[in-house]
Amino acid sequence: MTIDLKTIKHISKLSRISVDDAKAKKLEGNLNSIFEFIEKLNQLKTENIEPLTSIAETTLKLRSDEVKSKNIREEILKNSPEKNQDFFVVPKVVE
Amino acid sequence: MNDIVSQKLTELVQNVKERKISSEEITKAFIDRSNKSKTLNSYITENFSAALQKAKKFDEKPNLDLKLPGIPIAVKDLFCTNGVRTTAGSKILNNFTPTYESTVTQNMWNDGAILLGKLNCDEFAMGSSNETSFFGNVQNPIDKDLVPGGSSGGSASALAANITPITIGTDTGGSIRQPASFTGTVGLKPTYGSCSRYGIVAFASSLDQAGPMSKNVKDCALLQEVISTYDSKDSTSIDFKRNNYSSELTKNIKGKKIGIPKEYRVDGMPKEIETLWSKGTQYLKNCGAEIVDISLPHTNYALPAYYIVAPAEASSNLARYDGVKYGFRSNGENLIDMYEKTRSEGFGDEVQRRIMIGTYVLSSGYYDAYYLKAQKVRKLIKNDFDEVYKKVDAILTPSTPSSAFKIGENSNDPVSMYLNDIFTVPVNLAGLPAISIPAGVDDKGNPLGLQIIGKHFDEQNILNIAYAMEEKINFKNKITDWWIK
Repeated sequence: MTIDLKTIKHISKLSRISVDDAKAKKLEGNLNSIFEFIEKLNQLKTENIEPLTSIAETTLKLRSDEVKSKNIREEILKNSPEKNQDFFVVPKVVE
Repeated sequence: MNDIVSQKLTELVQNVKERKISSEEITKAFIDRSNKSKTLNSYITENFSAALQKAKKFDEKPNLDLKLPGIPIAVKDLFCTNGVRTTAGSKILNNFTPTYESTVTQNMWNDGAILLGKLNCDEFAMGSSNETSFFGNVQNPIDKDLVPGGSSGGSASALAANITPITIGTDTGGSIRQPASFTGTVGLKPTYGSCSRYGIVAFASSLDQAGPMSKNVKDCALLQEVISTYDSKDSTSIDFKRNNYSSELTKNIKGKKIGIPKEYRVDGMPKEIETLWSKGTQYLKNCGAEIVDISLPHTNYALPAYYIVAPAEASSNLARYDGVKYGFRSNGENLIDMYEKTRSEGFGDEVQRRIMIGTYVLSSGYYDAYYLKAQKVRKLIKNDFDEVYKKVDAILTPSTPSSAFKIGENSNDPVSMYLNDIFTVPVNLAGLPAISIPAGVDDKGNPLGLQIIGKHFDEQNILNIAYAMEEKINFKNKITDWWIK
């Protein structure tokens, strides 16, 4: 199968990555050669194979749900691109 | 005594324990060497003044029972370090300072090591040449025109250049073993679940593993002993009995059965690799091991399956970079516009490509054709290994299909870049441990590695085999310090 420009635009929307026409054109070439490579898998019959979902064949361990970090609100907020008092600021979402 | 920076980790540890050198002397020596080696571009963030302070503090009251007493170590910039900038080689994390420490690095500091700095890597560990880093490419100390491999390229370069006595990388499809092979160093990718993933910037969660990169096998065993612990903060960390890898290290591999898989003999592989592989086989025989011809029939499908599984997991893991709580933000007209611009400007080309591949293979209508198919192929690859491990104890293969290539040589063709990992990727898909050791040089004099693949949790066995082979191979890296004026 081939991935056309319309599909590229659709994937870019799903990925939340803006793509202009020049970039889409370049991606079209790249992604098609990658998918051509990936589609080698279609040579294999896999109807009766169970998918591998986990390498470690152990049951996941449970641990108690405790807060272990100390009060690090200030340090966390320091990493934010924009803040106001104790809040992260984003563009207006409600009119 | 050797000049400080060319000493192996275990020599430095011994010398500190015998009070022949102080932590401050060692730290100063590596800082001095790092300052003279800036042209290699192996660091993203230096931590020199803090390291020196810590070294002085260590010397005031040295605890000589620790395994890494006062030893300065630089690490791949994919490990979150509390209070020290962590970028994952990306613009989107350019100004991110973690508020917590990765378990693997914490284990190192608990055992006396000191953070020297954060080393360059491909952006989010996606690359095989260190050329996708936002912070620029890294030079291979072997030759200024060569890539150091990737994604742990800064780690490999720094180690081979004697800028750090040992280091840690991460390996999702070969990112420890391939750069180790390209720089004439040792790199271990442990069993999935051996080293905690807590605090490591996530790429593909079902494949990512941290591991040591070192100048010899003994150093590798020592660091593995320190970093491999069960950790309740990583739900896939496995609680198994870990060995004292360095003290249990032995060259006695008599009677071990080593498999040679015919599928790793690929078209176009340089003759030197073939020769080296046969030599390696001969060394194993000389050590009393038994050689068994084996077949891993689905080897050829590992790389295509990997390029579905890894991008799929990456697209999910990297959804968190949205410009809201941390990292780079580009302003937009509204929230969605802000997200899209932030991610378009904050991620590099290769990362965007992989996010888009991953998004596509997981999108409605394509999941069964791609992701589910790849998970089934992954099962077939694991079954191949399970089957041969009924007959052999370990497997010997080349680490890479070529020696280090030139900077820029593969950067325009993603698929030819991906082919670099043809021998390393199956191991990640099956969650196995594998080690790359330097085994010789090609016709240009550039290092080539051999890979020993083990059974799950059998790190001790592959370390032992590597240790026995290392003595026979007696590899010496030819590095001329060309970058020091």
